[in-house]
Amino acid sequence: MVLALLVLALVAAALMLPIAVRTVRFRTDRRRARWSRRRAERRELRDPGRERRAEQRARELLRSCVNDEEWAMYRDLGFIRVLGRLQAEGPHGLSAPRRRFRGGAPSSEASRGPARTGAEGERQAGYAYLIYPHKPIVAYVPRTGRLLSEYCVEFPELAGAISHSRLPDSDDVLAKWMALTADERRLINESNMHLPGRQIDPARVRRDLWRLREWERLRRGPDAPVAPGR
Amino acid sequence: MMPGHGEVLIAEGDPRLSEDEERLIAEFRRQLDEGMWAAVPTTRPGSGRRQALLVKAYQDVPASADRVIFFPRAAGG
Repeated sequence: MVLALLVLALVAAALMLPIAVRTVRFRTDRRRARWSRRRAERRELRDPGRERRAEQRARELLRSCVNDEEWAMYRDLGFIRVLGRLQAEGPHGLSAPRRRFRGGAPSSEASRGPARTGAEGERQAGYAYLIYPHKPIVAYVPRTGRLLSEYCVEFPELAGAISHSRLPDSDDVLAKWMALTADERRLINESNMHLPGRQIDPARVRRDLWRLREWERLRRGPDAPVAPGR
Repeated sequence: MMPGHGEVLIAEGDPRLSEDEERLIAEFRRQLDEGMWAAVPTTRPGSGRRQALLVKAYQDVPASADRVIFFPRAAGG
């Protein structure tokens, strides 16, 4: 009887052995991964230049994607102006039936004639946006300088929702620029719209618009006529 | 683009080689499954103005594109 129990115990131990080995190995791997993750986090915390290097890379990427004029604008003024492409309707001007009729993305570029650039385009465009890093997108009327609305939009990391890190400034600007130039309507629909002045001081925006006009005048040449608008 | 890191190279390869293309497709799908948006910087024909193109499938990536940029999807702030 004792012998039979002993044999049974041995068989059970032999059967359990691979499971036990697998469990131990799994736990060891998990612990090792946790250690290395913590080591990497500590290393990142100790590295004061990490964010600066990330921003430097982001600036290079932004420069390689946007138009030369937009890059110079960001470098000199700290924001980018993008002309609205939904034409006369404005960013929120479409009624629902008309929106359905016109379809999703603002396409049919050919029917709109040659693309507008710079100050000339701004005078023709019904509205435009100012893209600031980590601040709402501001819509305004270039002809009059009237502020239309603020569009609050973020690009949060979904995988590491606990993480407090955010995109470098230039990456945030590039993400907004890409989303706006690729699918303006979609970005506007995803964002939260507010009246001007909720997050950005309207006086600051008006000052930036003046800086932008002066900047464009200097780029055209010192003898160029002063652009209209307030 | 990764929060806290900036630009990170995820994968690179020649899409004309089937082995590379499979890897690129797998990585493209993984990024979109993680909730990222994919954009290709392009140039508007005629005007030469630069703009971006949002792509939802690997086959939508223009053949001339030399890179696809993934970034977190927009959310109301």
